[in-house]
Amino acid sequence: MKLDQVAKSLLLKEFVSGFFLAMRYFFKPKATINYPFELSHRGPRFRGEHALRRYPNGEERCIACKLCEAICPAQAITIEAGPRRNDGTRRTTRYDIDMVKCIYCGLCQEACPVDAIVEGPNLEFSVETREELYYDKAKLLANGDRWEREIARNLVKTAPYR
Amino acid sequence: MELGDLLLSLAIILGKSLLLLVALLVFIAYALLADRKIWAAVQLRRGPNVVGPWGLFQSFADLLKFVFKEPVIPAPANKGMFLLAPLLTCTLALAAWAVIPLNAGWAIANINVGVLYIFAISSLGVYGVIMGGWASNSKYAFLGALRSAAQMVSYEVSIGFVIVTVLMCAGTLNLSGIVEAQDTRFGILGWYWLPLLPMFVVFFVSALAETNRPPFDLSEAESELVAGYMVEYSSTPYLLYMLGEYVAIITMCALGTILFLGGWLSPIPFAPFTWVPGVIWFVIKASFLFFLFAMAKAMVPRYRYDQLMRLGWKVFLPLSLIMVIVVAGVLMAFRLAPGMQ
Repeated sequence: MKLDQVAKSLLLKEFVSGFFLAMRYFFKPKATINYPFELSHRGPRFRGEHALRRYPNGEERCIACKLCEAICPAQAITIEAGPRRNDGTRRTTRYDIDMVKCIYCGLCQEACPVDAIVEGPNLEFSVETREELYYDKAKLLANGDRWEREIARNLVKTAPYR
Repeated sequence: MELGDLLLSLAIILGKSLLLLVALLVFIAYALLADRKIWAAVQLRRGPNVVGPWGLFQSFADLLKFVFKEPVIPAPANKGMFLLAPLLTCTLALAAWAVIPLNAGWAIANINVGVLYIFAISSLGVYGVIMGGWASNSKYAFLGALRSAAQMVSYEVSIGFVIVTVLMCAGTLNLSGIVEAQDTRFGILGWYWLPLLPMFVVFFVSALAETNRPPFDLSEAESELVAGYMVEYSSTPYLLYMLGEYVAIITMCALGTILFLGGWLSPIPFAPFTWVPGVIWFVIKASFLFFLFAMAKAMVPRYRYDQLMRLGWKVFLPLSLIMVIVVAGVLMAFRLAPGMQ
């Protein structure tokens, strides 16, 4: 071994230069975000928690055509249809999504002719039991009411590409 | 001496020990947090920042978590030994602090064989590791313990020779005496890190290996093994192991401060700087060494086991032996050894 090599390794030359490199990184802006307090950007096509939407007059959009049920590759959707009580039009009597089976592919919202079932921007819907992830119609409609503003805005933004 | 005097001095020693223990544990709580924060900062992460402002209470939250968890003792384990081992590690690590002088005359036991005492105590620390690995009655824990023990023993040898060179320069085994021997009119340039620079480097690297810190943490490499000899431990026994490990790290930082960085001495030996209490200088220097430990963890990749052994036995051992001879020769040739002037 050459003398300068010995001196380099004895004085930890690599270690010292690595130290200064690490110190440069030390003061760089952080790459991570404060997750529970701030969320990263989500695009308008973000496929999060499902929601069933209503028309502005409060009527359900879903017409129980069962296209979403048919296309769902994970077979997570179960629909039962029946005539509506007041005017006899076709509506769902049951609309269940098994969120455990769902693979968030977004095919249900692609298939829907009336933009009733959509995947909203919400990603924080973790729960403590499995039963809570079997969403029924009431839960989905509640989601729709809660996220309508964001969902409507995202649908407008993505409309040119559909 | 009368019984009253004896009891009084005993009470004073107990009080001092308690004070040191509390100060040390609080320091370690924040050293642990700093360790994680530094590690995170180098990797462009934020580190713990939720518990308390800037995550300042994280270590205490962790402490509570460990204490309130259920300790799982494996059925085939030797129960007594299994519980004794972490206790031994932690107690021995804390015992080393009895002789460490934080300021002029601030050691709890200012004994004349302080260096030997620390050396003996830190060698005994291997027993905690071996006992823990053996008592777990699991082959993973046992292999981890063998690796750790082999590593700690090999690097103890070169640390021993490093300490011998310092002792030859200082002419005393008393830790306060070693610091006082570095008290020259050159200040920071008169401390032993500069004249004994290669030894300081060897000491630093050996201290990393001795305390199973990265890049020599292959006994508990997170990405390959789970936790080496601690794999069967949980809850408070695990906490004691971790605590013992961090106390040992801080002890090594303190030892490095005393042997090479002039202990409680001010780096610039005149008026405004010498007014600062020595203990503050001591804490600053030890924290600086700990910062280097933490940075080493953040930036150096892990060694392979054979590389570790090669470095210990084939590089550091001959190097420190040669340095012992060189330093002794220089001291004799120029009549610099203490008591020869």
